[in-house]
Amino acid sequence: MSQQAGAYYVPHGSRWPIIAAVGLFIFMWGAAHWLDGIEPEGPLLLAAGAAILIFMFFGWFGEVARESMKGLYSDQVDLSFRMGMMWFIFSEVMFFGAFFGALFYSRGLQVPWLAGEGHGALTNLYLFRGYTGGWPTNGPDAIGGVFQTVPPWGEPLINTLILLSSSVTVTIAHHALRDGNRRRMLPWLVATPILGMLFVFLQAREYMDAYTHLNLTLHSGIYGATFFMLTGFHGLHVTLGSIMLWVIAYRAWRGHFSKEHHFAFEAVAWYWHFVDIVWLGLFLFVYII
Amino acid sequence: MSTHAATHDDVHHDDVPKGFVHRWLFATNHKDIGTMYLVLALVMFFIGGAMAMVIRAELFEPGLQLVQPYFFNELTTLHGLIMIFGAIMPAFVGLANWQIPLMIGAPDMALPRMNNLSFWILPFAFLLLLSTLFLPGGAAAGGWVMYPPLVLQSGESLAFTIFAIHLMGISSIMGSINIIATILNLRAPGVDLLKMPLFVWTWLITAFLLIAVMPVLAGAVTMLLTDKYFGTNFFNAAGGGDVLLYEHIFWFFGHPEVYVMILPAFGVISEVIPTFARKPIFGYKPMVYATASIAFLSFIVWAHHMFTVGLPVGAQLFFMYATMLISVPTGVKVFNWVATMWKGSMTFETPMLFAVAFVILFTVGGFSGLMLGLVPADYQYHNSYFVVAHFHYVLVTGAAFGIMTGVYYWLPKWTGHMYSERWGKIHFWLSVISVNVLFFPMHFLGLAGMPRRIPDYNVAFADWNMVSSIGGFVFGATQLIFVGNIIYSVYFAKSRAPARVWEGARGLEWEVPSPAPHHTYSTPPEIRPGMLAHGDVAH
Repeated sequence: MSQQAGAYYVPHGSRWPIIAAVGLFIFMWGAAHWLDGIEPEGPLLLAAGAAILIFMFFGWFGEVARESMKGLYSDQVDLSFRMGMMWFIFSEVMFFGAFFGALFYSRGLQVPWLAGEGHGALTNLYLFRGYTGGWPTNGPDAIGGVFQTVPPWGEPLINTLILLSSSVTVTIAHHALRDGNRRRMLPWLVATPILGMLFVFLQAREYMDAYTHLNLTLHSGIYGATFFMLTGFHGLHVTLGSIMLWVIAYRAWRGHFSKEHHFAFEAVAWYWHFVDIVWLGLFLFVYII
Repeated sequence: MSTHAATHDDVHHDDVPKGFVHRWLFATNHKDIGTMYLVLALVMFFIGGAMAMVIRAELFEPGLQLVQPYFFNELTTLHGLIMIFGAIMPAFVGLANWQIPLMIGAPDMALPRMNNLSFWILPFAFLLLLSTLFLPGGAAAGGWVMYPPLVLQSGESLAFTIFAIHLMGISSIMGSINIIATILNLRAPGVDLLKMPLFVWTWLITAFLLIAVMPVLAGAVTMLLTDKYFGTNFFNAAGGGDVLLYEHIFWFFGHPEVYVMILPAFGVISEVIPTFARKPIFGYKPMVYATASIAFLSFIVWAHHMFTVGLPVGAQLFFMYATMLISVPTGVKVFNWVATMWKGSMTFETPMLFAVAFVILFTVGGFSGLMLGLVPADYQYHNSYFVVAHFHYVLVTGAAFGIMTGVYYWLPKWTGHMYSERWGKIHFWLSVISVNVLFFPMHFLGLAGMPRRIPDYNVAFADWNMVSSIGGFVFGATQLIFVGNIIYSVYFAKSRAPARVWEGARGLEWEVPSPAPHHTYSTPPEIRPGMLAHGDVAH
């Protein structure tokens, strides 16, 4: 241990990254096998990869949490972590951007072209005569059959209110943490992932309803594809965010965070706000308009 | 907690970890990880190169001689994916890993363990990709762009290919986050943003591009995956989808990706030319602004890859004009390199030879790019060998020559020994002649109408294809000299390299001994006048 004031901090070597790389590889390898119907190798590899990844997350994050509590990390390291999280969230924004882009392009350009607008006239005339477009649509061949959309002012509205309030609860918890008020922080912090899970539960019910009563499925043409992929990836992120929030709640309960030092808490809170903002985009562009 | 600002928690600074596993598998040292990136890139360069050799051998004369058409398509597809994601990008990340901390006075990368993860994902990603060669139905064969509906007809390989691309994307994003955090957070006091070396600047901008577009590629290939395996209709017109949707999303990634592969090369060249012209770079700030402009414009030109798909005329015009605009900042860069050399006391060691060849030959590739960017002209050239000639000029004599420039320039700093100047020059002259024999005739073939991605062709194209193949074989064999010279410098060379390897070299990396010690800058270095190449010198 060479403790040198003003020196840079460099962490020691770690076995976790290579475990993560191997776990990720086995996970993806298994997923590819499974998709190609190679069983039982596919599911087994996938499960093994997932197990390694879970083991890795506990190990790696545990080590970082212990190092952080030992006071090994300087303010400079803290800032590197913050930048890392910010740019990670930016990359997530761009990922959703691809699917939002697909939605806007289909609605704004390709469906009107298929319906004969603009320079799509000949396609419509020769291939899809009589197709009038509009939105929602499952295309000229009505793939997936007649379907109805999820009305926005029922469960989606409730879900919007749930996510918005969860953003409020996590912010109250954060303020309580900064005031050093643990008794006030914990209930608000625990309330946040509970609201998140409630959101996922209602979303799952909405999916069941769409499949059983509305005939709205993943196969329902371009509408079904964009609807389920956007809301599905968002739901996945809410699930992940909820798990992250449970971990943070556990760490807060164990007293890992101080008034000044609680980067993990803030990173998860940022992530949660990001998930919230994506939902507002979804609610507006997928459900309402 | 923050009373003692920072420490190193258990490894002493000069300690090199003992044993293979600790040093390489558990690596956190930016130099070791940089070395691994560079070695991986070199291996991939030869795997992708071997595929190119088979392609050129098949095209040596008309008719089908060596391989079946489907296997030929697999080769062109994998050659593209491997060279882009396996050779050029990791090589630049390797240079960034080695050089950025040295050049800005940082102890290491900002997030050293994540650095390890972003490297070690890559070998597995390429294992996944190359394993598709042995699957029923063969590897992906729809071209590296993976356009639907063709690529959706792949056999079992599609899922493997897509997951391999996901892994490469995860690796690139983590690597880029690390580079941005390092540059913005770990600069030594006194290394202001506008005093940073241009290589660091180009990488900062490249990293931003990568974080912005790799997730978009992930989205595009995920849509392919769900279209094939989960019955979505993103790319099926009958369901209201559109194959062009894929092309739009792909090229929204693809065009910035092109600059991801060339901007770090611009940075290398901007380091090397001032050193050997013994003059500061001409127009430092315009170089920074030009790089940023190129990066910005790269987001609004993607559809120039799709002029013949039937876009509305207004869209074609917009993308054509936006494309033409890029030649302005690029012209600034080429002008500044030439102006840096103007009246310099130039010497022509191997890195400088490659740098000068880069400026000339990259410009050739840039001009053919302008030709392709013109809508009416593109109708003639589209999907012909002219396109192949264009992007090999910018990627081989551009990106790859940029990497070779950087390797020759910094190799003595890494190994502590000079490479063989004589063999370096032989490598250069054989490369620069053969690469033109290889790629220049492709312009003629393309203009005469030979399409790309075909194993057989009209006898009218026979002569130039034969010339091109001969150039290809010589260029391929010449690269063995490169490997030999690197091995010589690492293991056999006797002469020690001084700290300032090149007489005219300026910048922090030349203030540390050669070879650079395993841990540099345990405390921030003190910047004295004259130590930096930019900012405290008269322009």
